[in-house]
Amino acid sequence: MTRAKTFTLIKSYKPFHSKFDPCPPIGRKYFSTPPQLYINFQPPNLEQFTPEEALKYGTLWKFFYDFYDNPYRERET
Amino acid sequence: MWVYEKKLQYPVRVSNCNPRLAKYLIEQYGGADGELAAALRYLNQRYTIPDKVIGLLTDIGTEEFAHLEMIATMVYKLTKDATPQQMVAAGLGEHYANHDGALFYQNAAGDPWTATYIQAKGDPIADLYEDIAAEEKARATYQWLIDISDDPDINDSLRFLREREIVHSMRFREAVEILKEDKGKKKFF
Repeated sequence: MTRAKTFTLIKSYKPFHSKFDPCPPIGRKYFSTPPQLYINFQPPNLEQFTPEEALKYGTLWKFFYDFYDNPYRERET
Repeated sequence: MWVYEKKLQYPVRVSNCNPRLAKYLIEQYGGADGELAAALRYLNQRYTIPDKVIGLLTDIGTEEFAHLEMIATMVYKLTKDATPQQMVAAGLGEHYANHDGALFYQNAAGDPWTATYIQAKGDPIADLYEDIAAEEKARATYQWLIDISDDPDINDSLRFLREREIVHSMRFREAVEILKEDKGKKKFF
């Protein structure tokens, strides 16, 4: 299964920031919409990782692999 | 009955001496959406779920204990060489006063684990929806832990555990589909 190039599993929105809010704005808030949300039942013959990769990633199926990292890190610097 | 393999499901390495991180990781040990709650929830619900999905709850409940062991290893490694003063400096003074360096089933705020974190309604859809929600909440907890941890080795193990939550959520969703569709039966109306 392939996904459109513009598709992302990390969504974001910009919370309203009032001039009376005490802290500087966080900018964007992020949340995950991981792959299992987009499928009801796993179809047969999905593409697989090698056994070594599967043990490392935590899933045999490429479709369900979703790397996560702190989305706020860039802003910290 | 269980067969025990004396190894972790995924390696746990710790790069930095950072006892404070243990204080946060304990959320996944004895918290509401932690691995203990998950294991006990599934291994209890499985008695009163339709036959077709009993095995799924047994398998996932068992794997949750393997995850519990990984979290325990992280917490233990992060605190095992800390002096009482280092524990206090890391915000673990209250923990030390009660437990020394022992692990305990509590959340990051120190509240002890309670069975009220889990439910067994006896209705298969209600129970499976709870299980799906539990997996998504555990996934989110792992994300927040990765966000506040800067230990690359711990984060590697946490990413593995987060991915397993995704796969478990998928399997519970499929269980709902199996019960909805009565899959495999040729029924004509």
